[in-house]
Amino acid sequence: MSETVRVKMAEYHVGRSPDILVTIGLGSCVGIALYDDINKIGGLIHIMLPKSNGGENIKPAKYADTGIPLLIEKMVEAGARRENMTAKLAGGAHMFSSSGDMVIQIGKRNIEAVYRILEEYNIPIIGEDLGKDYGRTMEFYTEDGRVKIRSYKKGEKFI
Amino acid sequence: MSDLLNHLTSLHKDALKEIGNIGAGNAATAFAQFLNTRIHMTVPSVTIIPIEDVPELTGGVESQVVSVLLRVMGESPGSILLVFSEASTVNLLEMITDYEIDVNNLEEVEVSAIMEIGNILAGSYLNAINQMTGLNLFQSVPAFSHDMAGAILSSSMISLADNDYALLIETKFINGDEEIEGFFFYIPDPGSLEKILNSLGIETS
Repeated sequence: MSETVRVKMAEYHVGRSPDILVTIGLGSCVGIALYDDINKIGGLIHIMLPKSNGGENIKPAKYADTGIPLLIEKMVEAGARRENMTAKLAGGAHMFSSSGDMVIQIGKRNIEAVYRILEEYNIPIIGEDLGKDYGRTMEFYTEDGRVKIRSYKKGEKFI
Repeated sequence: MSDLLNHLTSLHKDALKEIGNIGAGNAATAFAQFLNTRIHMTVPSVTIIPIEDVPELTGGVESQVVSVLLRVMGESPGSILLVFSEASTVNLLEMITDYEIDVNNLEEVEVSAIMEIGNILAGSYLNAINQMTGLNLFQSVPAFSHDMAGAILSSSMISLADNDYALLIETKFINGDEEIEGFFFYIPDPGSLEKILNSLGIETS
């Protein structure tokens, strides 16, 4: 039986085939889907910011720099191997049309942070739908690693 | 400051509600004058919610909405976000134009009209707060987005994202026949709450 799990903002979930992991309404946030194709284990996280401030009571899944390592760790605990993992990314948009301020830059900074961290862990990015000016929903099929991206501006596509 | 958020007393919340009341009352009047119709507002609420629930504030995370975001600048920075459903957007635009609106294909002039409404509401809201508090808050140029509610809400509250909770002062504007319903959120930045409360002579420490 496949289970559909909703991953909220600043949260993550690890599932195994044939679970479907979904995160809705990515704006400047980035959704990162990691997949171990051999063990059929997938993890999805919805990060909001690039870097944590290092506080003690932070919610690690909120930040790229604490969330991605946590997701990898939890996937390994569930039986995945890091060397099998590949990544698909969506989000990091710049939702509002005007110039200046951090609201606008945050999407870009999130993308840069995610790229950097995945490179550190040697996880190749095999699909992405990033940036631009629209919101996205991600549906991650852990059966085969496909990720469906849904948006109002561009309709549906698989990455 | 997130500390203050965790220790807000009912006095603090009442003061913030009163800020919302004065601001929204003034904004509703300006809105009614602009549209030349009656506009009601709901009693403002001070909402403190876990940050991960922000995308759900207006209902469906994936439902498509029309919104205007303005930065609040001055001594206690923050943001103002105005959110209309697509149906409300059509009704609103049809009240101020004399032709049929295709919400999936908004013209530049229609987008400008929505942004101008954001300007008028934010300006009158902040004016009332300024008079009450002696602060000097003013708004940035408006920014527009027509997209998924969740993506809009989360992206416009990103300045709060380091906190576990978001504090927002929320009002709904409704016109007589309930054809137009708009969410109005005033979202003080972290650190601004204290200044707002202190400006009313309320101690926060």
